[in-house]
Amino acid sequence: MFNYFLKRLLQSILVMLIVGFVSFSLFNFVGDPVNNMVGQEASEETREEIREKLGLNDPVYTQFFKFVVNASNGEFGLSYELRRPVSLLISERLPATLELVLVSALIAIFFGVLFGVYTAINRDGFVSNFILITSLFGVSLPTFVIGILFIYLFSVILGILPSFGRGEVVNFGFWSTGFLTISGIKALILPSITLSLFQMTYIIRLVRAEMIEILQTDYIKFARARGINNKVINNRHALKNGLIPVITITGINIGTLIAFSIITETVFQWPGMGLLFINAVQFVDVPIMSAYLIMVAFLFVMINFIVDIAYYFIDPRIRLKEEEAIK
Amino acid sequence: MKILTKLIATMLFVTMFSPLYAATIKWSMPGDSLTLDPHAQNEGPTHMVSRQIYEGLVTRAIDMSIQPQLSTSWKTTDPETWVFNLRKDVKFQDGSLLKASDVEFSINRALTGTSDVKELINSITSVKALDNSTIEIKTKGPNPILLNQLVQIFIMSESWSKKNGCETAQDYNASQETFCSINAMGTGPFKITLREQNTRTVFERNENWWGNQSQHNIDKIELLPIKNDATRVAALLSGDIDFTNFTPAQDINRIKNSSMHKVVSAAQSRTIFFGMDQGVDELRSSNIKGKNPFKDKNVRLAFYHALDMNAIKAKIMRGLSEPAGMITFPGVQGYTKQLDKRLSFDPNLSKKLLADAGYPKGFEITLDCPNNRYINDEAICVAAVGMLAKVGIKVNLDSQPKSIHFKDLKGGLSDFYMLGWGVPTFDSHYVYSFLLKSDGSWNKSGFKNKKVDELVGTMLTETNLDKRNANIAEAWSIVQDNMPYLPLHHQVISWGTKSNVNIPIRTNNEPLFRFAKVN
Repeated sequence: MFNYFLKRLLQSILVMLIVGFVSFSLFNFVGDPVNNMVGQEASEETREEIREKLGLNDPVYTQFFKFVVNASNGEFGLSYELRRPVSLLISERLPATLELVLVSALIAIFFGVLFGVYTAINRDGFVSNFILITSLFGVSLPTFVIGILFIYLFSVILGILPSFGRGEVVNFGFWSTGFLTISGIKALILPSITLSLFQMTYIIRLVRAEMIEILQTDYIKFARARGINNKVINNRHALKNGLIPVITITGINIGTLIAFSIITETVFQWPGMGLLFINAVQFVDVPIMSAYLIMVAFLFVMINFIVDIAYYFIDPRIRLKEEEAIK
Repeated sequence: MKILTKLIATMLFVTMFSPLYAATIKWSMPGDSLTLDPHAQNEGPTHMVSRQIYEGLVTRAIDMSIQPQLSTSWKTTDPETWVFNLRKDVKFQDGSLLKASDVEFSINRALTGTSDVKELINSITSVKALDNSTIEIKTKGPNPILLNQLVQIFIMSESWSKKNGCETAQDYNASQETFCSINAMGTGPFKITLREQNTRTVFERNENWWGNQSQHNIDKIELLPIKNDATRVAALLSGDIDFTNFTPAQDINRIKNSSMHKVVSAAQSRTIFFGMDQGVDELRSSNIKGKNPFKDKNVRLAFYHALDMNAIKAKIMRGLSEPAGMITFPGVQGYTKQLDKRLSFDPNLSKKLLADAGYPKGFEITLDCPNNRYINDEAICVAAVGMLAKVGIKVNLDSQPKSIHFKDLKGGLSDFYMLGWGVPTFDSHYVYSFLLKSDGSWNKSGFKNKKVDELVGTMLTETNLDKRNANIAEAWSIVQDNMPYLPLHHQVISWGTKSNVNIPIRTNNEPLFRFAKVN
């Protein structure tokens, strides 16, 4: 048990280090941050001095080593662009992204499951086909197009929802929430729907496929033969079993939602981490880029780590293999 | 109960005496000020925000002419010594009086260490407060454009800065932010009451401002940055914002068609041009080996005559550009309409010039172009590639984000490149010292001319304005004769507002809300 745990942990750390190193090598191709940091009047000497101060003249591995040492102490340095501590910037923006992702995930799961079950039960119905065809738009239209269409429809033409931003927020210590004000909730509607569409489509198709498969299995047939009513069969017997893969995949996809939020946040000027990251890329703000990438890597590694550990407890075969190895 | 009565009385009082048309302006641009520290960043949007809160000894009016601001008058006691008399009734936003020692402190702060504006005023050798309202500035040699440079130097309170631990501008590799980079306290018409960087900044009227309060009726400005062009336009059309000084060219007609909105345009203080490396012996990206075609003036002129800037204006810029014949714009000392007249668009002449230069079949070259710096930069380059192909020059386009484009350019890796140049001092010296002097830090064209170098030197020291203007004119005639850069056009900026919002447009794209009115 301990062995297995340790092995996974070491693997996770290795993955983090590799992600960090690869992203660090890539930063060399993003351009020169110093040109963005100083005015056009700045002399060559000033530029060189800054480069030296920031350690940009060091070889990649030295820069990377410094970064790892600082990062392991929770120190991500000062943003080149904003001259503020990166850890502070990220913690200021984390609530916005997490609230957006949370609401999107809930929308995606709720409507995804609802429509998935509906289309599985009422196959070839008019409404089912309508849902399936519309959901195709969800996957095939790029997020920014959907976002802009929403803004034009609901803000410019109808004038009922705000076109950008997060509305009024209420602060609780370090956490700022938009859930407690009307303008905050209104501001959340368009971006969260935009962000949820892709995941929703995904869940609809997954639930539908699982349900169709399960509805043809023997135990459902027997249940029907016993005269249990359709509602109970669909909702209790079939759906429950159909949800297992959905939960696994949705869990992993929360990470994807955070990554996808970059585009949604840009379109809606949502003051979250994605917007911070996009700005950082254009400015070549290495401290923010590296902290963000490491954070996303950490998130994915953590999710995988938890899944691995969960498998250990759920799947007896893994446990047996481990025990044999010890013998 | 008593408290309640008092409260109601206060509210009544406030309602009765507040100005009739007290207004809020919601302002948006793609980015935000990088820092509130007025000396830490020499960057457009940062100055735009600081200018509402901080003031300088002198400033530029709406028409860009130099006007007194915190000083009332100035004189030179000898060519290297300037004496400024300060306005006496100026109070900082914390109520303290402006003293000459604050000016001395601020200019020294801007001159040293981590300041990003020090290169602007590096001719200043000493600053001294003579008494409470007189300040003396000494320069290294005579400096006829000192006032132009002082426009960008904002005055801070010495006691406030020292109390909050920011005697110097924020350091690049510090581990902490400074108080002055997230707070602001100046003498200007507005003060900051809320700062959430990149999300929302609220400015409120400074009731104790020394200037003429009746020039504007703005009580509150909210700066709400919106990065995405389409979203910003949608926010304007839906009424979520009142004003943007960054209106994308492709949406101008849409905004004009709205009955609730209007768009005002003006020539911007920035000229776009192509640079050609005439310095190296062999171009890096060309198929011509052993020699550099750009060394031949005929080749440079052939490129010039092949470019149809009117077509680019009509098709790409949607009418919002002014084709240029020189690489600086109206308003700059040394600009003349005569020089700004473009040579003819004449592909046949182009071909002939190429043949005369020994390249009847043209040649191959790479054009380096930014894709997120100037208005429609990449599209302009694409069009130029097509136009040059018609005269036989095969151009490979390499368009990259500005952070890479400028890095390559600075590194001297480009044969043929796009560059734009704004002139904050509105004086030709700024163009020459960076782009045309042999050792100019942005002179990547390899243009070297002894006479020009000499004239650049005199531009900095000649205090007789007539003589100085003659020098500038002579320098321009040499440059126009050699054509080391290919002028393209002057950019045009557009400000979109709600119909009832009036903000005078300025060629440097910097709004002055102290002249804004909402009806």
